[in-house]
Amino acid sequence: MAAHLKKRVYEEFSKVSQQVTLEEVPAKKLRLTKPSKSAALHIDLCKASSPTDALQHLLNFARKPVEAESVEGVVRILLEHYYKESDNSVRLKIASLLGLLSKTQGFSPDCVVDDAINTLNSEKSNQVLAQLLDTLLIIGSQLPDKIAVIQRLIDVACKHLSSTYFGVRNKCLQLLGCLGTVDKPLSKETDTGPGAQTSPVRDVQSVISDFFQDQDPRVRTAAIKAMLQLHERGMKIQQTIYNQACKLLSDDYEQVRSAAVQMVWVLSQLYPESIVPIPSSNEEIRLVDDSFGKICHMVSDGSWVVRVQAAKLLGSMHQVSPHFLEQTLDKKLMSDLRRKRTAHERAKELYASGEFSSGRRWADDAPKEKVDTSGVNLIDSGACGAFVHGLEDEMYEVRISAVEALCSLAQSSPSFAEKCLDFLVDMFNDEIEEVRLQSIHVLRQISTHITLREDQLDTVLAVLEDSSRDIREALHELLCYTNVSTKDCIQLALVELLKNLTKYPTDRNSVWKCLKFLGARHPTLVLPIVPELLSTHPYFDTPEPDMDDPAYIAVLVLVFNAAKSCPTMPALFSDHTFRHYAYLRDSLSHLVPHLRLPGRKQTAGSGLEVSGVGSGSLESAQNFLQDSLIRVSALHNLETPGAQDLLEFTIRDLQRLGELQTELAGSADFCATYLHCQLLLTKALQEKLWTMAVPLCLKQNAKVSTAARQILDETYKLEFLYSGLETQQIATIHNVRLQAKALQLILTARSKQGVDRVLGVCEKFLQDVESFQRLFMIELPHFQDSFVEKLLELMPRLTACKPLDLVKILQTTLRQSRFIHLKLPEQIHRASATIIEPTGESDNPLKFTSGLVVALDIDATLEHVQDPQTTVKVQVLYPDGQSHIIHPKPGDFRTPGPGRVRLITQVYLSHSAWTEACQIEVRLLLAYSSSSSKQSVSKPAWNESMDGLPSSESCIEGTIHLSKPVKVFIMPKPTRR
Amino acid sequence: MPEIRVTPLGAGQDVGRSCILVSIGGKNIMLDCGMHMGYNDDRRFPDFSYITQNGRLTEFLDCVIISHFHLDHCGALPYMSEMVGYDGPIYMTHPTKAICPILLEDFRKITVDKKGETNFFTSQMIKDCMKKVVPLNLHQTVQVDEELEIKAYYAGHVLGAAMVQIKVGSESVVYTGDYNMTPDRHLGAAWIDKCRPDLLISESTYATTIRDSKRCRERDFLKKVHETVERGGKVLIPVFALGRAQELCILLETFWERMNLKAPIYFSTGLTEKANHYYKLFITWTNQKIRKTFVQRNMFEFKHIKAFDRSYADNPGPMVVFATPGMLHAGQSLLIFKKWAGNEKNMVIMPGYCVQGTVGHKILNGQKKLEMEGRATLDVKLQVEYMSFSAHADAKGIMQLIRMAEPRNMLLVHGEAKKMEFLKDKIEQEFSISCYMPANGETTSIVTNPSVPVDISLNLLKREMALGGPLPDAKRPRTMHGTLIMKDDSLRLVSPEQALKELGLSEHQLRFTCRVLLHDPHSDTDTLGRIYTHLKSCTISKQRQGPAEGKLRQGELKGN
Repeated sequence: MAAHLKKRVYEEFSKVSQQVTLEEVPAKKLRLTKPSKSAALHIDLCKASSPTDALQHLLNFARKPVEAESVEGVVRILLEHYYKESDNSVRLKIASLLGLLSKTQGFSPDCVVDDAINTLNSEKSNQVLAQLLDTLLIIGSQLPDKIAVIQRLIDVACKHLSSTYFGVRNKCLQLLGCLGTVDKPLSKETDTGPGAQTSPVRDVQSVISDFFQDQDPRVRTAAIKAMLQLHERGMKIQQTIYNQACKLLSDDYEQVRSAAVQMVWVLSQLYPESIVPIPSSNEEIRLVDDSFGKICHMVSDGSWVVRVQAAKLLGSMHQVSPHFLEQTLDKKLMSDLRRKRTAHERAKELYASGEFSSGRRWADDAPKEKVDTSGVNLIDSGACGAFVHGLEDEMYEVRISAVEALCSLAQSSPSFAEKCLDFLVDMFNDEIEEVRLQSIHVLRQISTHITLREDQLDTVLAVLEDSSRDIREALHELLCYTNVSTKDCIQLALVELLKNLTKYPTDRNSVWKCLKFLGARHPTLVLPIVPELLSTHPYFDTPEPDMDDPAYIAVLVLVFNAAKSCPTMPALFSDHTFRHYAYLRDSLSHLVPHLRLPGRKQTAGSGLEVSGVGSGSLESAQNFLQDSLIRVSALHNLETPGAQDLLEFTIRDLQRLGELQTELAGSADFCATYLHCQLLLTKALQEKLWTMAVPLCLKQNAKVSTAARQILDETYKLEFLYSGLETQQIATIHNVRLQAKALQLILTARSKQGVDRVLGVCEKFLQDVESFQRLFMIELPHFQDSFVEKLLELMPRLTACKPLDLVKILQTTLRQSRFIHLKLPEQIHRASATIIEPTGESDNPLKFTSGLVVALDIDATLEHVQDPQTTVKVQVLYPDGQSHIIHPKPGDFRTPGPGRVRLITQVYLSHSAWTEACQIEVRLLLAYSSSSSKQSVSKPAWNESMDGLPSSESCIEGTIHLSKPVKVFIMPKPTRR
Repeated sequence: MPEIRVTPLGAGQDVGRSCILVSIGGKNIMLDCGMHMGYNDDRRFPDFSYITQNGRLTEFLDCVIISHFHLDHCGALPYMSEMVGYDGPIYMTHPTKAICPILLEDFRKITVDKKGETNFFTSQMIKDCMKKVVPLNLHQTVQVDEELEIKAYYAGHVLGAAMVQIKVGSESVVYTGDYNMTPDRHLGAAWIDKCRPDLLISESTYATTIRDSKRCRERDFLKKVHETVERGGKVLIPVFALGRAQELCILLETFWERMNLKAPIYFSTGLTEKANHYYKLFITWTNQKIRKTFVQRNMFEFKHIKAFDRSYADNPGPMVVFATPGMLHAGQSLLIFKKWAGNEKNMVIMPGYCVQGTVGHKILNGQKKLEMEGRATLDVKLQVEYMSFSAHADAKGIMQLIRMAEPRNMLLVHGEAKKMEFLKDKIEQEFSISCYMPANGETTSIVTNPSVPVDISLNLLKREMALGGPLPDAKRPRTMHGTLIMKDDSLRLVSPEQALKELGLSEHQLRFTCRVLLHDPHSDTDTLGRIYTHLKSCTISKQRQGPAEGKLRQGELKGN
C-alpha cells in the first residue's frame, strides 16, 4: 500500500517539475494545469520540522479548495502522515481535514471508510478518537445509500460507546442518531467487535436511551439530541422512553433540560392519545395532556433559555384538552387565606353590574370568602398558571414567546381566545416595545374570535397615545378587525382616535382607514349616535363644519361607511352632509363607499350609473380586455394600413381600463406597454431611412435610436415591474428586447465607420441571442415565425459571417418577423409606490448649515414589490443635477399586510450653501439586474466568499422609477464664523 | 451527629428587627442586624446580651452578613458594632454598602435631633461601623476564613438585596433576606441555582397571599394618574425615599415618554437625590430592560422628573409630586396634602401600607373631615387611591424558590406566626421536607448528614473501574475494596498493599482450619476422590490441590 502511495506521489512530483521547465519557455503557449495539491501538501508535511509547523501547513491547506479529482490523492497523503504522526493536535487536524475533504462535491468517500475505521482501532488519544468519529459521521452522511457501510459505522459507534471520555461517547451517540435506523435491530451477524457480543440484539433507540442516565450532562444532552435526530430523520420513536425523558426535565443542567423539553414535546406529538398513569393516584390521562402539564411546569424553570423553549413549544400543542388549556391562565388569588378575585374578574363584574370605574376604595379588593387551607395547592402539578408566569417573566424573550404561544393556541380554540384576552390586553402595557407590538399583532390575529368589552377596549385605546408610530399603527390595524359590543364603545373609540389625530397629525391616513372599517363593521351601533356625531339638532341649524378638518373627515368616514349597509341612516344627514359626501366620494374615494342616497337626484342618478358598471364590472372588464387582445392578435402584419391605428386605440382603451378597474390595472397596463413597444418598433422600421444612403440618414437616425432606447427601457419595466409573470411572457419580452437591440446594432453599423467598433457590438448581440436560447429552450415552440426563431435558424451562419453581413441579415429578419401575441397570465400586479411623506406641500424650507447633514423622514407604501429590501432605493435629485442613491436599511421595511410593504426611513441630505431655498426631488427607484432574474448560480461547496461579492454588485444594470417624485424645499445656509 | 443551630434574635415569628444567629460546622454567623420600627425603647434592637453573657461579640461571631439596606435589616448595625462592640467582618453587597449609611444617618437624625434621644449612636459611629464592611459581588465566593465561605445571589426586592449561601465543608445554609420572585420595573426576579442547602431560611411576609399580576396594578395606577393629569388635576404620591419610590418614578417616567405627556413631575429633594445617584451607578443590579438600554440612556437619569421646590405646590395646572414621608404623618407630603385636599380634581395615591393613627390611614378609611392641630378641620375632597406595590415574594414565589434551591430543611422567619403555620404545612406536604418556625430566642437544631471527603489513590480507582460493570450505571453507588487511612486530619483510601507499605507493616496471612469427621465406609483414597469431585462440581474455589498423599487442601470455600 505504502509503496503504491509513494509511487503515486513521485509521479505527481515528476509532473510538477516538468511543468516548471515548460513554463520557462515563453514562446510556446501552453495550458497549465495546477500543480497537484497532494504533492504540495506532501512536501510541506515532510519539510515540517515540528508538530506546530505541520499544524500550520495543514491550516493553510484547509483554506484552499481542493478539486474533486485530487481529493483521493490528498486523503492518502494525509492518512500516511496520520500513521507517522505522534503529536495529538496534528492527528486531530488531519482527522478533521479528512472529514472536510469527504464533503467535497463529486467525491465519493467510500474508499476512505476502511482506512478511517482502521485508524480508529489504533488510536489512543480520546480527543483524536472523537474527531475521527466525527469524520466517520460526515462520511456516513455522504453515503446514505450504502447500507453495508452504514452498518459498519454503527457497529463501530456501538463499540466505542463504552469509552470513558465524554467526547467519544458524544460523537458515538451523534453518529447513531444521524445514521441509525430504528426498525431494524442492530443485526448480530455483522458483529465483529466484542461490544456487539456482550449486548443482546437491541435497536438503536434503546442503546441511545441507556445514555439518558449517563453521568456526564454533556453525554445526556447528546443522547437526547441523537434521539431527536432520529425523529427528524423520520424514524418512529417508541413511547417507552417517555418516562425517562420526563425525569430528565428535572436535571441539574440547563442544556439537558432544554433538550428534554424538546424530547417530551416530540413524544407528545407522536402519541397524543395514548394513556399514561398519574403517579401517586390511580387515574390516567392522555399523554399530550400529561406532557403539556410538564412543559408548563418548565415555564417557571430557573434558566431562561429553558423557559423560552418551553413557552415556544406550548404554542404548538394544539391537541391538548381544553380543560388543561384553560388552566394555564388560572391563578387563584388569596390574601390572608381568603379567596380574592383577580383584577380581571373584578373588572368583568363591574362591567356586568353596569357600574363604571368608580375609583377604587382602599378595601375594594378586600378578600371575601375563607379559603379551605387543605384545598389550596401552592405548587401546581400541572398547567396551572403557566402563561400567567410566562407573561410576567423577567426576560422579554420569554414574554414574547409566551405571547406567541398564546396566539397560536387561541387561534385553534375560540373559548381559550376569549379567556386570554385580558392577559393580552395587559401586555399592551409591557415595558419593552417589542413585547407590546407583538401582543397587539397577536390580538389582531385572534380578533375574529373575540368581542371586546368596554373596559377592555378602554385599555386598548389608551395605547393610542403611545409615541411609537409602529405601536399606533399596529393598534389601528387591530381596531380595523375588532368587534365591539356597544355603541359607547364606538364612541369611545372615535373619541380616542380623534385625540390621537390631534396629537399625531401624521397618523391621518391610518386613522381614517381604521374608522372606515370600524364603521363598516358596526353599522347598527353607529346608527344611534349619528346625530351626536354630526352634531345635528332636531330644530336648530348647526354651523357647517370645516371640510378641511381631518377630525371632521374622520367622523364622516365612520358615518358614511356605516351608512353603506344601513339604509335608514342618510335620513339623519343634514344638507351639508350630502354635499360633503359628494366631495369626499371624489377626493377620498378609497375611504368613502358609494351610497344610495334617497331624494338626491343627481347623486342618485350618477350613483346608479356607477353601480351599473360596478356590478359584474370585473367580469365585463375582463371580457373587454380579452376582446381587445384577440382583436389585436388578428393582425399579422403591422404594416397593413389601419393596423397602427387599431393598436393606438387599443393601447388607449387598455390604459383607461386600468384606471377604472383596479383589479385589472396590472394586466391592462402590462398589455398596453407591450403593445406600445410593438407600435414603436413597427414605426421605427417603417422609417424611410432604410432605403436611404448612409450619409443622408443622420437626422432620421436620431428618431429611430430614441425609439430603440425607449423600447429597451419599456422591456425592462415589463420584466421587472410586474409580478406574476410566467416564463412565456418573459421570453416574449426578451424577444422584443432582442429586436430593439438588433435595431440599435443596425443603426450603429450604419452611422459609424470602421469595422472594429461594430465587431464588439455584434459579438455582444450574438451572446444575447445565445443566452436567450439557453434560458428559454422550452418556450421556443411558441415562437414560430418570430424574430428569435429566425435568428436561431440562421445562427450557424451568423457566427461565421462578417459584421456587415450580419447587419444585413438582421435588417431583413427584423422586417420579415411576425408580431408575437401576448398570452395573458392569471394575475399580474404592477409594483408601485407612493410617498406619503414628505407631502411636497410644505412651503417652509428645511434649513441647515451647509456641509452638515439634515435628516429627511420618508414614509412610503410599496405594493407588489418583490424582495423590497434589496431592490428599493431612494433617489435624491438636487437642483444642480447631482443625484444620490440611498439604500434604506432592511429594518426600515415593515410588512403590515400581504403584498404591502411600508418603508419608513430617513435620508440624509447635504449640500454646499445656496442663496435661496430650492426644491430637491425625492423618489423611489427599483433596482434590477438582468442576471438576478435567472436561476442563481450555485456556489461551490468549498467557501470562496470573496469571489461572490463583487459579482453580485456588478450585475445591477439599472433602475426603474417606482414612484412619482416629491419636491422638498431645502435651504443650506453658509456656515457662520 | 453534626447539626446546624438557628436562633432568631428578631424576626422569629415576627416582622421587623431581623437578626438571626446560625451555628454551622463550629462557626457562628449573624444574619442581618435590624431594628424594629414600632418601638422606641430597648425592644427596638435585638437582644445582644443573649450572646454577650458569655463574652464579647467578636469572640463569638465569625461574621455578620447584611442582606439589604432596609432599616429592619441593618438598623442596629452601628449599635452592635460600636456600642456593644464587634470588630469582625461585616459582609454586604456594594449597593447596600453605599446606601446603608445614608439611611442610618437619616434615622439617627430623626431619633436624636427630632425626638431628642440621647445614648444613641453618632455619625462617627456609623462611619466606623462602615469601615468594617467587606463588600460582596453577586455569585462571588468569599472565604471568610479557611472553612467558612459565603456567596451572594440576586434577590430582587430592593437595589442590592442579596440572598446568601453560607457553606462550611459540605454543610450549607441559604438565607434569603427579603426577596421578590416577580420582576418589577427596575429590578429583576430573585434567582438561585440548585445548590441543595441543608437549610433554607426564608422570609414569609406574604405566606398566605397569592398576588395578582403586577401589570394590572401598574395599569390602574398609570390610568388614574393619566386621567387626573388630563383633567388638569394634581397628583400627590407620598413615598418613602428608597425602593418603591424609584420603581414608581421609572414607571411614570417611561409612561410619560411613551405617551408624550408634558405635565411636570416633581420629586421632593433631600435623601432621594443622593439615593438616585446610587441607582444610576449600580445599573448592573437592575432588570433586563434598564441594563440593556443604559448605553443609550440611563433610566435613572429622569428626563421628566425634576426636583421639587416648596413654591411649586401653588403653581396652576396639572402636576405629579412625589413627597416624603409615605404615611402622610408629617413633613412635606402632609404640607402639600393640606394645600390640595380641597379640590376634587386632585388625587392622592397611597402606594403602601399606613400605620394606624396617621393621616394616611384615616383618609384611606374614607374619613372626609380631618382635625388638624389648632382645632382647624380639613375637608378632604380630593380622590384617595390605594395601590399596593410590594416587593416580597408571595406564597407561590416562596414555593418556587424552594423548588429552585431544593433544600433538605426549611426554616421560616420574618412573618406572622399564624401565616407561617399555613405555609409550613404546605411546604411539608408538597416537598416532604421538615419545616421549622422558631420564635425569637428559641433555638432550632437541624441534624445534618455531611459527607466526609476522602482522598482516593488513582491506581485504586482505575483498578476498580476496570473491574466494574458498564458505565451508564455510574450514578449508582458501588462498593469497592481498599484501606482507609486516617492520619493528621486527613482521610485517604488506598489499596491494601500501599497501606501496608506506608505503615511499614508486613503482610500477615491468616488461615482458618476446621476439622470435619467423616464416617465413610469407603477406603481413604476413595473418599478423598469422591469429596474432590463433589467439591469440584459445587464450588468455585481459588486454589485447590488435587488429592495427593492422602491430603486435600481447600482454600476459600464458596458456594452452597
